[in-house]
Amino acid sequence: MAVWYSLLLVLGMSLFVYLGAGLLGLQAIFGIAIPYAAILVFLIGFTMRVLGWARSPVPFRIPTTAGQQKSLDWIKPSKIDSPYTTWGVVGRMAMEVLLFRSLFRNTKAEITEGKLAYGSNKWLWLAGILFHYTFLTIVIRHLRFFTEPVPYFVQALENIDGMLQIGSPVIYQTDVILVAALLFLLIRRLVSPQLRYISLPADYFPLFLILGIALSGIMMRYFAIFKVDLMSVKVLAMGLATFNPIVPEGIGVMFYIHLFLFSMLLAYFPFSKLMHLGGVFLSPTRNLPNDSRMVRHVNPWNAPVKVHTYEHYEDDFREKMIEADLPVEKQA
Amino acid sequence: MSQAPKPEELLRVSHIPPKKDWMDPRVDLIPGTWGYPGKASSLETLGLPNPREWNPTDEDWKLPPNWKEIIHEGLKERLEKYRSLKVFLDICVRCGACADKCHFFIGSGDPKNMPVLRAELLRSIYRKDFTTVGRMLGTFAGGRELTEDVIKEWFYYFHQCTECRRCSLYCPYGIDTAEITIVVRELLNLIGVNIDWILGAAANCYRTGNHLGLEPHTFKGNIDFLVDDIEEYVGVRLNPTFNRKGAEVLFIAPSGDVFADPGIFTYMGYLMLFEHIGLDYTISTYASEGGNFGLFTSQETMKRLNSKMYAEAKRLGVKWILGGECGHMWRVLHQYMDTMNGPADFLEVPKSPITGTVFDNAKSTKMIHIVEFMADLIHHGKLKLNPKRNDYRRTTWHDSCNVSRGMGMFEEPRYVLKSVCNNFFEMPENTIREQTFCCGGGTGLNAGEFEYLRMMGGMPRAFAVKHVQEKHGVNLLVNVCALDRAILPPLMDYWAPEVSVSGLTELVANALVMEGEHDRPTDLRGEDIPGLEGDE
Amino acid sequence: MYNAGKIIPGLVIFLGLVTFPFWSNLGRAAFEAPELVFPETEEECVESGDWMRANHMILLDDWRDLAVRDNLRLYSSETGKRFDMSLTKTCLSSQCHANKDTFCDRCHDALAIAPHCWDCHVVPSIGEE
Repeated sequence: MAVWYSLLLVLGMSLFVYLGAGLLGLQAIFGIAIPYAAILVFLIGFTMRVLGWARSPVPFRIPTTAGQQKSLDWIKPSKIDSPYTTWGVVGRMAMEVLLFRSLFRNTKAEITEGKLAYGSNKWLWLAGILFHYTFLTIVIRHLRFFTEPVPYFVQALENIDGMLQIGSPVIYQTDVILVAALLFLLIRRLVSPQLRYISLPADYFPLFLILGIALSGIMMRYFAIFKVDLMSVKVLAMGLATFNPIVPEGIGVMFYIHLFLFSMLLAYFPFSKLMHLGGVFLSPTRNLPNDSRMVRHVNPWNAPVKVHTYEHYEDDFREKMIEADLPVEKQA
Repeated sequence: MSQAPKPEELLRVSHIPPKKDWMDPRVDLIPGTWGYPGKASSLETLGLPNPREWNPTDEDWKLPPNWKEIIHEGLKERLEKYRSLKVFLDICVRCGACADKCHFFIGSGDPKNMPVLRAELLRSIYRKDFTTVGRMLGTFAGGRELTEDVIKEWFYYFHQCTECRRCSLYCPYGIDTAEITIVVRELLNLIGVNIDWILGAAANCYRTGNHLGLEPHTFKGNIDFLVDDIEEYVGVRLNPTFNRKGAEVLFIAPSGDVFADPGIFTYMGYLMLFEHIGLDYTISTYASEGGNFGLFTSQETMKRLNSKMYAEAKRLGVKWILGGECGHMWRVLHQYMDTMNGPADFLEVPKSPITGTVFDNAKSTKMIHIVEFMADLIHHGKLKLNPKRNDYRRTTWHDSCNVSRGMGMFEEPRYVLKSVCNNFFEMPENTIREQTFCCGGGTGLNAGEFEYLRMMGGMPRAFAVKHVQEKHGVNLLVNVCALDRAILPPLMDYWAPEVSVSGLTELVANALVMEGEHDRPTDLRGEDIPGLEGDE
Repeated sequence: MYNAGKIIPGLVIFLGLVTFPFWSNLGRAAFEAPELVFPETEEECVESGDWMRANHMILLDDWRDLAVRDNLRLYSSETGKRFDMSLTKTCLSSQCHANKDTFCDRCHDALAIAPHCWDCHVVPSIGEE
């Protein structure tokens, strides 16, 4: 059910744009008002969310140690997996954020013929990392619509992305890989009984939404009937970027669908699991050094508690202690 | 009393989820997988709310009338206190990488034992009550109504998590189900929903200083029995001191080692080791517990129990503290103690009086693990060892969860083990070091009534042992955790018969050549050492 | 607010990156599409101007395939007019877009598009036939 709801939601949104921007001619709303609103929601929402996390303290230093601690001089500590210096933590975080290190450890447990076996299982890691990096590349490539002149790094990235020079216009590898990775992530959720069991609409929706963005973009680039005048698109984009919004005539409705779905992604972002983008940096099991016994960690809400003091204890057991030749503070 | 079916039946576990939607909170309390409720007297000792007689199988759990408000406010408070909780509830993408990392899921196949879904049991309530989208869209946004059935579900599934942190190792965001479990157990304790095996131990510890409730004279008496045993098997009479002011070192071990087989042999090992090196140490009857069942109850209870260590070290005027072989004890000591009850500015940075090594890794907390201490001694050649005395043992090493993923102690115990025993074989790499599997009964799930659950949860660990048993003839599973020493023996009997369990110091002591010892044909268990006569 | 010293700079960097299109254009007047120099004598393109703006590459692609692979040279437009399917002789002829710089490149440069047309075709220069 969750999967159908999500798919229908994205299709419904596209149809909504088709009616609004296509038939009713409300391009100003879809080309200006909604994108601006979405950007605003994203920026404010993201900030609020991160500040919300920052408002809660980290009371204890609880890194998940994935390697040898620093103890005796002659035992080689694991500088990254069990970091004890700031640079070690930076290294660990860089590995997590840039290389998805923890996910790379993934294994698959199976019981076969009365044995429990663990297989390597890197597909999720591969699809995940490909999805994130291709999406990032594609977003950066789109800067050609928001900059004048187009910076060199954008052009360079584009050249690399179209390196294979297949077709005309040249096919971007990232387009293909992004869609393939998204489909993998989607199919995986549907095929694995456990994953299907845990998946919520909030898991399918972003997949369909990003798939919708990707496919509408691909259709505009590669399919004749959906082609749009890129110069008009740039005029619109630059209008947004320079706060002189205008809506040029005659941009095809596929562009508005593309823009609307992306706006929805931005607006949805701060309220969703997509906030892992910010959250991964704030995970206390990863961003703290394993030096809890070397440097005292301070808990801001550490409050006194009622304890059973030694004096009280001795009062409870004094006679028995004396009888057992245990030293006492006060004789009975 | 055995509630667990035969191993062959247990092996046929299916990991395919049932038809029933997980959002339905109703649970079947399967015998052998849930704990008896906390006794009113235990709650009263600790001053915890809602002491009463109740039973999980009853329809009415006698919750306080405003229980919903208590849970809501309790969750709110904890969201403000723990960034971990807030971030972990917000950012999970349900990628499922954690699912088959949990020993309880592997063993039981119950989808709510997938770490992701275990956390969703709380996350769904959080969404409904604390997020805009969840409030508006309800079920569609993954939100659930907080009902009594949810409390019952929490009671069941958050006592099927041993806070071992294996899931957090694989999570791309480091989401640690232990943090979730800790908080939910705290919430449940606010309305008096808990299990007696934890609460009873915590109450005992509060009152007498140790989980077993051994009063000072009994505690001393038990150790005296061990001293007698050492005299019998080794021929040396030891005189450990208790509550002695002015000793250099305060030694604190898990109390399980004081009374339960096979932990007692480890305790005999401690005593022999200290005698061998002439350590100026004392044992406290007040701070007579290393373990801390407060960790399984609430942060506050943990702090209350843990406070005794520094208080006693201060009262006795020792220089530093040495901790025995334990798992979750070391999670508390390594990651919580200094923060909760420090700074320990009245102590000195631990320095081995034998080797002169300064333990800078504990320069703030001022407490070191006995394995760190022993590794240093052996490295400096300060122990007279005859590893041949352990030749009849073919050993493998079980990395206990807490010292693995909450401390990172991997090489020290291996170095010690290899120094005292010639036969050592690693289990498969996916089951050791940071990837190690729980024994299946940590966090207070060692009660008799949890037997079925433990046999399921311990399956991955047991299979790895069985593997090296078949391949290398391993017959001894060595570890540094008191709960392991209690939990692993029945697990081995069930899955890998003929493998026994021991602490590391027991093996060290068996190999120690003690001054003035008599002929030692037996080990510390009083059992003949096969083949020893032939060698010497 | 805890760890503000790390979280705030991190947040600022992130917000800085995602708002790049806005601040990098600060102070710029409204962007306008580049002026193109249109042919003086010819009134109509092969197809309508609107269609050509979005689809000229498809047309040229088709022309190339038909001319080179099938040896077909005559193109019949929507309106029925006939053209020689040749980039150099038709599009870039002296009556039409003889100056690549003032026509093709203006948009291509503004959009950072580097078509591969000129890898093979000679760029015509004004005054040369």
